[in-house]
Amino acid sequence: MATLSIAEALREAIREEMRRDERVFCLGEDIDIEGGFGGAFTVTLGLSKEFGHERILDTPISEIMIAGAAVGAAMTGMIPIADVQYGDFLFCMMDQLANNAAKMTYMSGGTVKVPMVMRAPVGATTRGAQHAQSLEGFFTHIPGLKIICPSTAYDAKGLLKTAIRDNNPVVVFEHKLLYGSKGNRAEKAALSPVGEVPDEEYLIPFGEGVIRREGKDITIVANLLMVYRAMEAADILEKEGISVEVIDPRTLVPFDYELVIHSIRKTSRLMIVEEDTKRNGWGAEVAAQIAEDALYYLDAPIVRVAGYDVPVPFAPVMENYVVPSASRIAEAARKLMKS
Amino acid sequence: MYEQLFLLRNYEDRIYYMFLEGIMPGTIHQSQGQEACAVGVLFDVRKEDYMTSTHRPAGHCLAKGVSLESMMCEMFAKANGCCKGKGGAMHTGDISVGAIPAVAITAGGMPVAIGAGLSCKMRKTDNVVICFFGDGASNEGAFHESMNAAAIWNLPVVFVCENNLYGASTHINQVIKIKDLAERAAAYGMPGYVADGNDVLAVNKAANEAIDRARKGKGPTLLELKTYRRCGHSRNDACGYRDKQEEKEWFEKDPVARCKNYILQQQLAAPVELEAIEKKVLQQIDDAVAFAKASPSPEPQDALLHVYA
Ligand SMILES: Cc1ncc(C[n+]2csc(CCOP(=O)(O)OP(=O)(O)O)c2C)c(N)n1
Ligand SMILES: [Mg+2]
Repeated sequence: MATLSIAEALREAIREEMRRDERVFCLGEDIDIEGGFGGAFTVTLGLSKEFGHERILDTPISEIMIAGAAVGAAMTGMIPIADVQYGDFLFCMMDQLANNAAKMTYMSGGTVKVPMVMRAPVGATTRGAQHAQSLEGFFTHIPGLKIICPSTAYDAKGLLKTAIRDNNPVVVFEHKLLYGSKGNRAEKAALSPVGEVPDEEYLIPFGEGVIRREGKDITIVANLLMVYRAMEAADILEKEGISVEVIDPRTLVPFDYELVIHSIRKTSRLMIVEEDTKRNGWGAEVAAQIAEDALYYLDAPIVRVAGYDVPVPFAPVMENYVVPSASRIAEAARKLMKS
Repeated sequence: MYEQLFLLRNYEDRIYYMFLEGIMPGTIHQSQGQEACAVGVLFDVRKEDYMTSTHRPAGHCLAKGVSLESMMCEMFAKANGCCKGKGGAMHTGDISVGAIPAVAITAGGMPVAIGAGLSCKMRKTDNVVICFFGDGASNEGAFHESMNAAAIWNLPVVFVCENNLYGASTHINQVIKIKDLAERAAAYGMPGYVADGNDVLAVNKAANEAIDRARKGKGPTLLELKTYRRCGHSRNDACGYRDKQEEKEWFEKDPVARCKNYILQQQLAAPVELEAIEKKVLQQIDDAVAFAKASPSPEPQDALLHVYA
């Protein structure tokens, strides 16, 4: 067993897969310049020592090219892991990801495969509206893309390895406050969850959520940073006699509905917590799907706690207000218990 | 001009120290070393002229006339900041003085400059648009689309590339094959010039020629200013990727010191006069800091204002 941060776990996943398969390579801006940062959050730091700069490819600041090159390389026999410094810049890449990556296999009647990985950091960190967005929901809307969001070191390694071996484009959303990056790339408000990661190889299949905490009154489904906020809320609520079950779906596409339904059969109350804005988010989809398939297990309306429908403001007092906090989750849970 | 250079340098230095003290939220991308670009280009533009800026906007904004107090308040995330605490360092701006809120997406401000240029032209004004961007930004698709559009529509846009040799940690030689970025102008059919970006007078002269052309309806220009950051790319960057000899050579070409030496050598002003200017500027900065610290924070719920859909 090794104790790793998420940044380290992701790096180990990349390292192992690059050792295993020569087709795997990384590309992105500033991903491993000598004396540089190792990507915006140190994930690829030092990898060029082992693999050289041909396989750890530092690119110009050209997001359309990065995403498109990943598509082209993937279609023709390579397995690219593309990096974007902040998830917000995925919008620059949107055409290549939505129109090419997601559709090539389909448009070719299945004759073409696009085994690429797109890694993107998300989450609000007092950098203002263009370095803050959580875009998971946006991407879940596009058929053809698998969407994963690891919130622990164990999951980060196991899921990324699975992503690299998948024959389809996978978008990995990583949270800036969860990386546990060290040194001068560390985030001020970071949680730095470190976790045990087995020495032997393991893969985590997509579409399998986990129960982070068992409870019997309310089921909370949350991803990335919100898993931790939900756990915090659960601690608060426990003291008040409200028992919360926290589910981390780990992958949004595919999504483990079975696990959620199993849980609400017990709790009969469902809350979904996401950092992204509320309107048309992945939480809305989960709510709708559960309403379609399992409404009869519920004793109360489904509740969503999400970012307010505004861009992320800079001022910390406003940012903290917009991003769901443990106390906001707890308050919503109390209300839910009364309904 | 010296006053402005001195203001830009000391504004940024003060911000840096306050950052180290931990009394300022957010992140910073500073412009120490590049002051002559902002000051030289903007010295003779009008308030009605527009400017687009980048993730490194403080110098541009001060030189365009955004008020020092309102910028300082924004840095402290106060309600009376130039963006009401909503924008932060990377989105500094004030449309009332022509400073379009800075765009932190690399090259993301460039197409916006095209729109502003079109607008100046369609509204039949003789205003111009100054479009700042970095060397790294010139590898974005948005750069190429914007350059081409400005050329074909003969827009009053002056593209100002501050070539500080690096895009974050990446040296320019690793990401472009040509010697001067100004060469790229030819590909779009517009003039391109190189100027010493650490010499405020040289910058001013080159910029004024381009601005004059734009104002007279003679179309866009690409101006490449060779310069260098004295600071890290962003907070907590020790610049481990830079060659120490290269740093040393560039630090010797410091634009603020150079301007001062020039003034003294040419006896354009006496040392005491410069000292008086410096003292005044430092006092202004002190006052702005005190004002910002005493200013009210926004209410949390203010986060919900200013979005209409
Ligand atoms: C679309 C996009 N890609 C990447 C970044 C991250 N980033 C911020 S500044 C920067 C370097 C920009 O280099 P340059 O254009 O030379 O400007 P400089 O920082 O040197 O002023 C990068 C890569 C970004 N903000 N936007
Ligand atoms: Mg640069």
